[in-house]
Amino acid sequence: MTAPVLVVDGLSARIAGQQVVEEVSFEVAATGVTALLGRNGVGKTSTIRALLGLIERAGRVELAGERIDQLPTHRIVQRGVGYVPEDREVFAGLTVAENLRLAERGADATGRDLVAELFPELVQRAGQSAGSLSGGQQQMVSIARALVNRNVVLLIDEPTKGLAPLIVQDVAAALARAAATVPILLVEQNLQVVRQLADTVVVLESGRVVHRGPAAGLLDDDALTTRLLGVHTERETEDGR
Amino acid sequence: MSTVVLLAVTGLGLGALYFLVASGLSLIYGLMGVLNFAHGSFLTLGAFAGFELTRRLGGDSWPAFVASLVLGAAVGAVAAALTELLLIRRLYERHIEQVLVTVGLSLATVALFEGIWGSDPSYVTAPAWLGETTQLLGARIPNDRFVLIGAAALVLLGIVAFLRFTRFGLIIRAGVENRAMVTALGIDVRRAFTVVFAIGGTAAGLGGVLASHYFGYVSPHLGGSLLIFAFIVTVIGGLGSLAGAAIASVAVGVLQQFANFYWGVGDLVVVLLLAGVLLLRPAGILGKKKVQA
Repeated sequence: MTAPVLVVDGLSARIAGQQVVEEVSFEVAATGVTALLGRNGVGKTSTIRALLGLIERAGRVELAGERIDQLPTHRIVQRGVGYVPEDREVFAGLTVAENLRLAERGADATGRDLVAELFPELVQRAGQSAGSLSGGQQQMVSIARALVNRNVVLLIDEPTKGLAPLIVQDVAAALARAAATVPILLVEQNLQVVRQLADTVVVLESGRVVHRGPAAGLLDDDALTTRLLGVHTERETEDGR
Repeated sequence: MSTVVLLAVTGLGLGALYFLVASGLSLIYGLMGVLNFAHGSFLTLGAFAGFELTRRLGGDSWPAFVASLVLGAAVGAVAAALTELLLIRRLYERHIEQVLVTVGLSLATVALFEGIWGSDPSYVTAPAWLGETTQLLGARIPNDRFVLIGAAALVLLGIVAFLRFTRFGLIIRAGVENRAMVTALGIDVRRAFTVVFAIGGTAAGLGGVLASHYFGYVSPHLGGSLLIFAFIVTVIGGLGSLAGAAIASVAVGVLQQFANFYWGVGDLVVVLLLAGVLLLRPAGILGKKKVQA
């Protein structure tokens, strides 16, 4: 069995002095998609941000066997961690092309062709200000910024949040394509997308891991899904949310 | 008519001087959130460096004048970069400490300048043409105003070109919007901090030499007195907006000249303009809400 690409051991995080993640431990497999799930406010986004060093954190984090928990954010990313933040966070005043150029990390920037293939719309809108794009197009820019480089792992936070159903499918298809070449840690509320993409799930509750295992094991167990995530899987599937 | 032209052009010249100081202040605040009260010291140091050079080279020649501009800009750049590396870098996100350190540095450097050059004004010499006037639409305009306006325009174009066409410029423009996200793309934004300080110091140092010719002298308090108006310009233009700083510099300089000439209340009018802008547009003319890191 291949060693995990990311090992998180006893990760805690604080925001403005308040504990938001508490002794979280899990692994991200070297292939496929690991979904980090949980109800709203349980610390999923904070966990991702703590892994990147964007918030105060403690604990051990290993990327491909090397510790990264003492490194500043830019060094962690330079080691091959692609990040797609919640709420896109594109640079509104820059053009699409400038957003992508900014993200390119020298010799690591081998994914330009993949980005052009997955998001041809971005090529057409290269000179357009990112702030004038629709929400779906901004999400494409945000994902493209991560895919433009060769990465060891991608951390993707709620990529379908606030998007129209058709765009959700485009984004899911792009992530499925990306997952074929790079492992992904995915935070996602849309269980249909999780079912489509994830191989493994880790569920958080109140800043702690309360469940980990195969995605199907959770999503096929309606009672468990309802208890851990507070949602009903059949209803999710029926209304496409 | 000639009076209006004279006031307008001299106001533009004063605005150009404000812009040379305010451009750095605005960029530094926009990217780093640092209110740099020591910025006036870069200006004064640049002015004294230019003064010393022209004194040694024989001050009324054009080569000496040009060399003094280059030296003043270089000294301002080095002083600003060292200030960022040695003092400010340890204090990011600690705004109270930043204010204390930059105010302290400002006071200490004024004392240092007084120790070296004395507290009396040191009078500068310049090529004769700078002290003469040129006829424009019936008004006799002091030539040094044209040099000031030209220098500020070149600095504005230079900074805009730097921001638009270089990778550092791209990083700075992105960092002004969302510094944390720039870091999350694998970019060490602290290097951009040093570059921005150096750019601001360059403009301030250049402004220092030109200010010494505008006023006819250098004194340890030269930077401090201009810094007050530069801060007002920066706030009116919108903290972090270079274009806003340029527009506000012109508005403040011209308004101040007219108000001084007709009613003798130039400074009061500037403060009233500041109050009006803050009431109507609290973020300034071109200021934007900033994403905090």
